Amino acid sequence: MTGIDRDTLAARIARDIPEGAVVNLGIGAPTLIANYLPDDLEIILHTENGMLGMGPAPAPGRIDPDLINAGKQPVTELPGAAYFHHADSFGMMRGGHLDVCVLGAFQVSERGDLANWHTGAPDAIPAVGGAMDLAIGAKDVYVMTDLLTRDGTSKLVAECSYPLTGVGCVSRIYTDRAVFDVTPDGLAVSDVFGDTTLDELRELTGLTLTDQRPEAATPLATRHFSPENGAGRAEIDGSRGGNTP
Amino acid sequence: MISKTSAGLADAVSDIRDGSTVMIGGFGRAGQPVELIDALIAQGATDLTVINNNAGNGDTGIAALIGAGRVRKVICSFPRQTDSYIFDAKYRAGEIELELVPQGNLAERIRAAGAGIGGFYTPTGVGTLVAEGKETRTIDGREYLLELPLRADVALISAFKADRWGNLVYRKTARNFGPLMAAAAATTIVQVDEVVELGDLDPETVVTPGIFVDRVVPLGERPWLAAGEFVGAEKVA
Repeated sequence: MTGIDRDTLAARIARDIPEGAVVNLGIGAPTLIANYLPDDLEIILHTENGMLGMGPAPAPGRIDPDLINAGKQPVTELPGAAYFHHADSFGMMRGGHLDVCVLGAFQVSERGDLANWHTGAPDAIPAVGGAMDLAIGAKDVYVMTDLLTRDGTSKLVAECSYPLTGVGCVSRIYTDRAVFDVTPDGLAVSDVFGDTTLDELRELTGLTLTDQRPEAATPLATRHFSPENGAGRAEIDGSRGGNTP
Repeated sequence: MISKTSAGLADAVSDIRDGSTVMIGGFGRAGQPVELIDALIAQGATDLTVINNNAGNGDTGIAALIGAGRVRKVICSFPRQTDSYIFDAKYRAGEIELELVPQGNLAERIRAAGAGIGGFYTPTGVGTLVAEGKETRTIDGREYLLELPLRADVALISAFKADRWGNLVYRKTARNFGPLMAAAAATTIVQVDEVVELGDLDPETVVTPGIFVDRVVPLGERPWLAAGEFVGAEKVA
């Protein structure tokens, strides 16, 4: 079974983010998504250390130590940017103003419970940052992750064994093998990558997965997922360097 | 005449006592008042509880304060970073206490203290380890947990400019926890690039009104700025 690489997955997630959305990209792999947001769409990036309208990394020699993202990497400001203090920044999450956040995961349960901050290992130093606030605050919480851990066990599980970040908070899981939507009936597969089959996914995860791929549900493809249906959506060519206009 | 301008860094931190709870502004290195922290290390106060988002980077600022053995406890959201080796070693050796607070709850607890709020119900952390032992309440069908205000004896923060009444403006993402901590501490000490003439700060753009500020220390313009304009730097300081 083959899947897709991390950049291709980042581009796939970027395709589902509509114009006008206010989006927080978590530390690590989700940060890659910014590289694939189409230049011709206005999508506002939020960083929890106090900025809306975050731009890409600065040119060499233009690094401003007062201007960083949540991963403490240097960034830039776009026209229309705004700065604010931490209580306002997290009020934007808890208050339901943030449209989408994309987080990494150790585990996601079939009910949408997320575990991504602590393995519970005895020598681990716990660090939660803003993950718990993002997980319960954004209108849509997407997870970007490999389907399997390095030792081959599924990150999608019936019950999380690691300490939780949030309960029932995840709406969609993008993995290197398939996209899963969290539904009241468990996980539904809405897209598969490479030569992956549903039976393989069921075997790897041990979960009852329903098939909600557009072509499987309605052969004439009349069913659609709105984010992919947006007018003016640019083709993903994998060559975009950032979201600067 | 009101003047909150201190004679210098050493003077500004001279009365910080052993056992104090000290809020320190900054997110990573942005907005971290490194010069005030250095003055605190030189002053010698120990057995401190430090409240910050992190637990120090590299071997300067908060990391140096921890490395000097002055910190009994850290209250923060994200201690573990690629360059938090000083805290990591102390924590693994059992020489420092850690209270982990989700970042938004940390910010709101500090805000609550400054605003005279006795506590607040938050959805963040419900059903997780951080909810253990905390009162919960269902409001309009959603479960919340009670978080209490977080106060300090002293706040050390960094801002861009001040006037002698203590009005502050910040620069970019260096603002972060500064305005919250300024209001939540009994004594708030601020390092700034410049103390400008009274009336030179546009009242519409003042972020922290001087009522929350006790002392300001001007340090001069930082190397990546010229007359307040960004001129570039090779790397993050």
